[in-house]
Amino acid sequence: MMQKDIKRLSLYLLFAPFAMWITLLIILPHLGMFYISMREKVAPRVYEFGFDNYINFFNEPIYWNTLLRTGSMSLLVTVLALLLGFPIAYYIAKIAGNRTRGALFLMCLIPLWVSDLIRAFGWILLLRETGIISSSLQWAGLINTPIEFLYNDATVIVGLVYTVILFMIVPLVSTLDGMDDAMIEAGYNLGGNGPTVLRRIIIPYAMPGIVSGCIVVFMLTAGSYLTPILLGGKNSSWFTEQIYDQFITRYNWESGAAFGFVLLAFTSLVIWIGLKLSGQTLNSTVARS
Amino acid sequence: MIMKLAMAGLLATTVMAAVPAQAETLRLLTWGSYAPDELVKKFEEKYPDITVEVTFSNNEEMIAKLRATGGAGFDLAQPSHDRIYAVQQEYNIYKPLDLSKINTDVMQANLLDGVKANTTIDGEVYAVPHQWGTSGLMANKSLAPDVAAWGDLCDPQYQGKTSMRLRRTILLGMAFDMGEDPFAAYADLDKYQEILDKVADKLIACKDNLKAYWKGGDDLSAMMMSGEIVASETWDSTAYKLYGENKDIVFVPPKTGALAWIDTFAIPRKGEADDAAYKWINFVLEPENVMIMSASTGAIAAVEGGKDMLPDDKKEAVNAAFSDEAMSNLKFFANIPAGVEDMEGKTLEKIKAATGAE
Repeated sequence: MMQKDIKRLSLYLLFAPFAMWITLLIILPHLGMFYISMREKVAPRVYEFGFDNYINFFNEPIYWNTLLRTGSMSLLVTVLALLLGFPIAYYIAKIAGNRTRGALFLMCLIPLWVSDLIRAFGWILLLRETGIISSSLQWAGLINTPIEFLYNDATVIVGLVYTVILFMIVPLVSTLDGMDDAMIEAGYNLGGNGPTVLRRIIIPYAMPGIVSGCIVVFMLTAGSYLTPILLGGKNSSWFTEQIYDQFITRYNWESGAAFGFVLLAFTSLVIWIGLKLSGQTLNSTVARS
Repeated sequence: MIMKLAMAGLLATTVMAAVPAQAETLRLLTWGSYAPDELVKKFEEKYPDITVEVTFSNNEEMIAKLRATGGAGFDLAQPSHDRIYAVQQEYNIYKPLDLSKINTDVMQANLLDGVKANTTIDGEVYAVPHQWGTSGLMANKSLAPDVAAWGDLCDPQYQGKTSMRLRRTILLGMAFDMGEDPFAAYADLDKYQEILDKVADKLIACKDNLKAYWKGGDDLSAMMMSGEIVASETWDSTAYKLYGENKDIVFVPPKTGALAWIDTFAIPRKGEADDAAYKWINFVLEPENVMIMSASTGAIAAVEGGKDMLPDDKKEAVNAAFSDEAMSNLKFFANIPAGVEDMEGKTLEKIKAATGAE
């Protein structure tokens, strides 16, 4: 009997930090936000309950256009990160020797030691009209007038891919690492060529890593704030900027909170669709890698 | 790894929260450069039992921070004079000032009266003036000598070489430029909406002419100094700073009048160190401290003769920018009535989302 109590107690103790973390930092704030998002401001210090803030979102094309724009650009970033990240991960996991592997991994990690803000300023220094790239192209005689690389959507995408690609590489490396080289050899022995082996053996095996990398990258991108704000131009609205504006410049916490939930629902929906399409589940992907 | 980082962060915050508050701490919520180290040190030497903690912010974030706590967490805040009346009515985040504890005699009378008039609710005064300055235009005289009005930012001869901040200042400036008086229209919000719609059309058409919207003093300075832009909407202090480095870059009060703001002192409702706050207010109003403050902020102190207390280079920049006529043509920001932030916010969103031919 005593033994059982101790067991149970240690279970509770082990579980406590996690439970506190989830309740205090995730569940409670979200409940508070949800409460705020359901309030309608009718007059100073007078509120009513209702779905008005959500209805406003759907009635105003600017808002859902921005959300769709953010969503589609995030998907593009995810695809690009996958295309760029896969060869790198494959090289690290399968081709590089044991010693270079550590070094390569470290090289991928190093940019992450610098804060988002500094990295964005780095891009600004490189890409601005009087920046390093533009002036060295001029110096080389390739262009005659300075070119502005900054302040457009392409720059935002490049900046975002650079910021998130590590989160694609890490799960891919860990999945590919667990793959037996014999499987690839067997593929070739059975008469497969490079593309066939990639398509029929490597990608299916790496699928959990691909999906979990995509989920993380998509969530990070759709929720990012600094990079799109600093690198984006006159027309580049990002949904998080919309939320910030509602909260801070318009003092409209009610609709800001509603927007937050809309973003949460939207990204969850995209991920659910992605899981359905790829035939994976959360258990087989994120939980594993 | 992320989990670990989060736990470490959590631990760090709990440890910080557990440090006991000292006998008296003055928690100051103010603008960047409004609490220079030199002045803070001097204050702590004069009042050894008071420690000053400074948080730098801006109007919107100050209000958001105070609103989140119902006015707790800070002992003295410095919002602009037009951000007090409606905010106080709506969120109740400030407490009335005890004017007998403030050395109001040294303040410039018209500014003091203006701020008092703007921030009196039920007979109680909620703010007194500290520093004032203007928003207007900045131009590189060697490249854009003709810039004189808000509308000149949309002049095709400066195609791709102008900038502005997509905030309410440019809405108001453009409205004046189109011959309207937005402040008068605050009393009639339908009329104000009409003006905003006109301004939005103008600014959307103007988008092609801009290089980018600037977001802070740093990126504006970089674009202006490198010559990537030749004219922009600006805060005067940013323009004065650049004038110090390049005499061609001057602040230009638009011909319809520069927009003037006054940053104030206001005490948050749940502030815990009112006496220290009053001490700080009186301390920074002392002439020798005004000079230190103005050197740091680049703004003019709201004390008698404030303009003469600017450091020499700033005084030169102000004199280069303002004729007496321009000085008397200042348009002080009017109190923002409830609801206007929402209207202006929607207009700004509309402008940002409009895709001109890029």
